[in-house]
Amino acid sequence: MPSDTFEAVVLPYLDAAHNLARWLMRDAASAEDVLQEAMLRALTYFPSFKGVNPRGWLLQIVRNTAYASMSLNRGVELVPLTDGSDESEDIVARLPSSDDDPETSLIKSRERDRVRQMIAALPIELRETLVLRELEELSYKEIAEVTRMPIGTVMSRLWRARRLLAQAARRDEAA
Amino acid sequence: MNTMPDCDKVLLVQAELDGELGAGEAASLAAHRAECPICEAAAAELAHARALVRDDLYQPVPDDVRQRLMVALNAARPSRPAVAATAPRFSSWWHRWWSNGASFGLGAACAAALAVLLVMPAMPPSLTEQVIAGHVRALQPGHLQDVASEDRHTVKPWFDGRLDFAPPVKDLVADRFPLTGGRLDYLDGRPVAALVYQRDKHVINLFVWPAAGDTPPQTAERQGYNIVHWSQGGMAFWAVSDVEAGQLKEFAADWRKTP
Repeated sequence: MPSDTFEAVVLPYLDAAHNLARWLMRDAASAEDVLQEAMLRALTYFPSFKGVNPRGWLLQIVRNTAYASMSLNRGVELVPLTDGSDESEDIVARLPSSDDDPETSLIKSRERDRVRQMIAALPIELRETLVLRELEELSYKEIAEVTRMPIGTVMSRLWRARRLLAQAARRDEAA
Repeated sequence: MNTMPDCDKVLLVQAELDGELGAGEAASLAAHRAECPICEAAAAELAHARALVRDDLYQPVPDDVRQRLMVALNAARPSRPAVAATAPRFSSWWHRWWSNGASFGLGAACAAALAVLLVMPAMPPSLTEQVIAGHVRALQPGHLQDVASEDRHTVKPWFDGRLDFAPPVKDLVADRFPLTGGRLDYLDGRPVAALVYQRDKHVINLFVWPAAGDTPPQTAERQGYNIVHWSQGGMAFWAVSDVEAGQLKEFAADWRKTP
């Protein structure tokens, strides 16, 4: 049946796979490596895939691949997360303030970049939970399946992620 | 670190925000929230955090990454016997895919790629599996209904000329499951009618096609989806949804009661 091919079942979730890889890996090149490795694994395992949730299945593979890649490159992962955002904060600080900035789109993209940095600064287990919920819009149950965590853990991680994000935003506004 | 909530209901406040609470739980939570300042503060905090994460943070795969990936996938593709008979239905999708792509011509390159890329399923899926797959497929963006209307006098005529039978389309008694539309689907080797009903935010797909016999509702549960199947008036009915089994049985009962 054509609807059962890898192309029809798995490839529609390529954006989802990339989004997760990109948020887990934090730089574009390693995200692409993880995406490619994960898709190759998915292609290999696909004949044995029997489930009804190909997106969750694919995201689980992406996550496993990303974690494996990070443990191989442990030194890279352990670089303090604030380094990148500090540098970008300086760039933001040099931009004109929003009061005298006529370009609304510029303001918006700056806000987006700030939130992006705040999310990127979250510990990885909180970051992935937040991204799966807010950007991928998975249910608690689906997040639990992808991350292999109990639903209670998903809920408390999501709570911590959101709380840290709200706190970071308040600090950002106060600064 | 104040990472854990101070009231054990706070995670329920969050679950409500995420649409994960049932009506009963939501009602008892509302009563609690009215007298719990911690939960009220948490609700504000959560709403703030939620407003920060906007859709423009989503990172879809860039075109150049997609192209390099497709090359890698093609190179890694295990050589398998192609299933020629399945190629025609698949080709339109494949054309679109490659026309977005880079240097590959359609024609011969496409045909060659198709021959290599098709993967044969190990077993034909059972009807139950097909029904679930049909339901899941329908939930993908833009796939749920070809005709969107709460009016059965709009939905029913839409099927005229599209099927070799006239599916019954009903507004159910008691208004618990509003009709939202319909579409064509393909199950058990034939075109079928798919009627879309709703319960709260849950979608119920009801697949209908001609079949002899009169069988009472039978239920099944697979991978978190509930299914109710019955035959009545010369038609086979398969209802599938993620609503609770009990609610789906009520749906079937309402349908059978509705004249």
